[in-house]
Amino acid sequence: MKRKMLSTLLCATIVSSMLVGCGSSKEPVETPQTQGETNTTETENKENAEDETAKAEGSVYYMNFKPEVEEQWQEIAAAYTEATGVPVKVVTAASGTYEEVLKSEIAGSNAPTLFQINGPIGYNAWKDYCYDLSGTEIYEALTDKSLAITGADGGVYGIPYTVESYGIIYNDAIMQKYFEMDGAVVESVDEINNFDTFKAVVEDMQSKKEELGIEGVFASTSLLPGEDWRWHTHLANIPVYYEYSDKYATDLAQLDFSYSENFKNIFDLYINNSTCAPTLLGSKAVSDSMAEFALGQAAMVQNGNWGWSQIAGVDGNVVEEENVKFMPIYTGIEGEEEQGLCTGTENFWCVNAQASEADRQATIDFMNWLISSAEGKDMMVNKLGNAAPFSTFNEEEKPADPLAKEMFRFMENGKISVNWNFTTFPSQDFKDDFGAALLEYSNGNMTWDEVEEIVVTRWAEEKEATTGNETENETQAEETVNNEAETVAE
Amino acid sequence: MEKTLKKYFLIFTLPTLIAFSFAFIIPFIQGIYLSFCEFTTVKNAEFVGLANYKLAFSEGQGFLYSLGFTTLFTLISVVSINLLAFTLALFLTRKMKGTNVYRTIFFMPNLIGGIVLGYTWQQMINAILYQFETTLVADAKYGFWGLIILMNWQMIGYMMIIYIAGLQNVPTELIEAAKIDGATSWQTLLKVKLPMVMSSVTICVFLTLSNSFKLFDQNKALTNGAPMNKTRMLALNIYDTFYGKTGYEGVGQAKAVIFFLIVAVIALGQLSLTRRREVEH
Repeated sequence: MKRKMLSTLLCATIVSSMLVGCGSSKEPVETPQTQGETNTTETENKENAEDETAKAEGSVYYMNFKPEVEEQWQEIAAAYTEATGVPVKVVTAASGTYEEVLKSEIAGSNAPTLFQINGPIGYNAWKDYCYDLSGTEIYEALTDKSLAITGADGGVYGIPYTVESYGIIYNDAIMQKYFEMDGAVVESVDEINNFDTFKAVVEDMQSKKEELGIEGVFASTSLLPGEDWRWHTHLANIPVYYEYSDKYATDLAQLDFSYSENFKNIFDLYINNSTCAPTLLGSKAVSDSMAEFALGQAAMVQNGNWGWSQIAGVDGNVVEEENVKFMPIYTGIEGEEEQGLCTGTENFWCVNAQASEADRQATIDFMNWLISSAEGKDMMVNKLGNAAPFSTFNEEEKPADPLAKEMFRFMENGKISVNWNFTTFPSQDFKDDFGAALLEYSNGNMTWDEVEEIVVTRWAEEKEATTGNETENETQAEETVNNEAETVAE
Repeated sequence: MEKTLKKYFLIFTLPTLIAFSFAFIIPFIQGIYLSFCEFTTVKNAEFVGLANYKLAFSEGQGFLYSLGFTTLFTLISVVSINLLAFTLALFLTRKMKGTNVYRTIFFMPNLIGGIVLGYTWQQMINAILYQFETTLVADAKYGFWGLIILMNWQMIGYMMIIYIAGLQNVPTELIEAAKIDGATSWQTLLKVKLPMVMSSVTICVFLTLSNSFKLFDQNKALTNGAPMNKTRMLALNIYDTFYGKTGYEGVGQAKAVIFFLIVAVIALGQLSLTRRREVEH
């Protein structure tokens, strides 16, 4: 009897650990909520095609990029279906797997009608699938038309649906505590407007970390592979932005990395005045640094306005909402006193050009609904927290979290925003190699000169490798279109 | 009998055959075709000949480095896993109390998914390396041995079960006869037990060899290739190529075909080699 009990118990353990194993390796989060409905509309579509006088009704399938707003999108989908009767299916790719999921989903027979690209590089990859949106209401409503992704033929292929900013997020309570101390380098944050002052303040704060009750000025510089995008993408944007503007360029086949020293300035400051030793950074994830900030162990962390939900979501969070503020990233570049936050977007909506006419129209209507109806706008602002760059949103219709407020303050205070030029970085490979080099540098296995060399050579190599294919892709796209025309003719 | 079998052959095998061709044969052929194409999704492929294969071996792709790293990893892990598994199996076939509990405990790691294991071990190894002010990704050596430990931990239990089954099938009269002839326990092991379990050895070496060579989840979760892709194994290299930059999907596909060939050659070679040493009883 005892024996039987034991074996049953063991069996149960085995089965449960199996379930755990399976559960966590499942990647795309698919919510089959509207699956049935989609199928029904498909049959409807066929009927409609036969009966041409009937109004064609499509359906929307949105491939969502942000796992953190998965639930909100499901709500939006349900609300839209309720309001208009058009089925909306939303599928969210797990963090970091968007391109993979999109690649397989879009090749399927039930392809997404609405998907997202991250900028010119993304457009280059997906141009066969991007539908020309010029003349649509959503494009006309865009306040700054230059934000949209345009093709070589002048068509509009990607429309940004939110604007974001990043900089150094600081905890004002800790800063005030420091300013009140004897011998503080400056007396208010407003006096920090260049790298030298910033460096002096940070180093002084680090030396007084016990009195300030922190473990380090900066939250750990997360260099765990895959968690290093704040450096190889966001921070790297600053030197690239200044190099582009020196050369009056919007993209370069070869980067000199002429502001490499400035990158090193700020990066050294981050890793040497942190909550842990530079050699330990290889084990830190973004969530670790956000938690350190939220728990008051660090006074500053480099991240964007999307980070607020992460800060607020940490258990035992001690940071008061009114104390969460933004500061530009100073790197010692001439004229940086006037520099603001890095503001831009890497969230562009694209409509699948290879979807059926009815589905495309349904998708465009869905986008319009989101930016023009009262309900849609409310969802955009309050549920998704998007700072929507459309003229249909008025002054009050803006997200109200502290970092978004700071973002608008910087947009209006006359400082010069740094554009998001990292959308032109050649490839993920380039970024990964840059990140890996930064890790080696902070572990002391690589000198800065070697890092610089990797950036310069890998940039050139990857630009060549990815643009070399461009012309071929174009002819290929034409062929696909021709083939399609033929099949249609048949 | 033969006749009826032939008559119903199609009915019985067709469902499996259809499933097999949909799930395996068709994608496999399509995969080989795609390795000669440039494509973003499987639908818009354009034939480019051998260009992908040339790029796959070009410098900067790190394919050959990954091949070397994978080979070294495979060699060490195959030897260590099989030695340890066999030793455990020997201990657990002695009539001790609680053998079943031990067998279950040793077997359990095998039931946990690779990604989970990778992250768990990453945390554990980092916790130890923290004492020395360093991390798993500081040096390729740490990552390498981390992978070996992980792989051993995961695979030993499974191989042990196979060896136990083999050892239990060794006829007791052979062992008794050896004892009567005055063989030491060491001699019994080498001259009687080992030849009798060669079929288990074949299976175990095959499983460890192919699994080590194809290792992906654990590699991705534990180090993700860091530092500087020095701990990147073949499967991860292929994955990175496929998703790393636009226009390189075909190159990743070409690498995958080469990978398949390597694994097939090694596995078949090993099978015929160990098969020859098996004895019938």
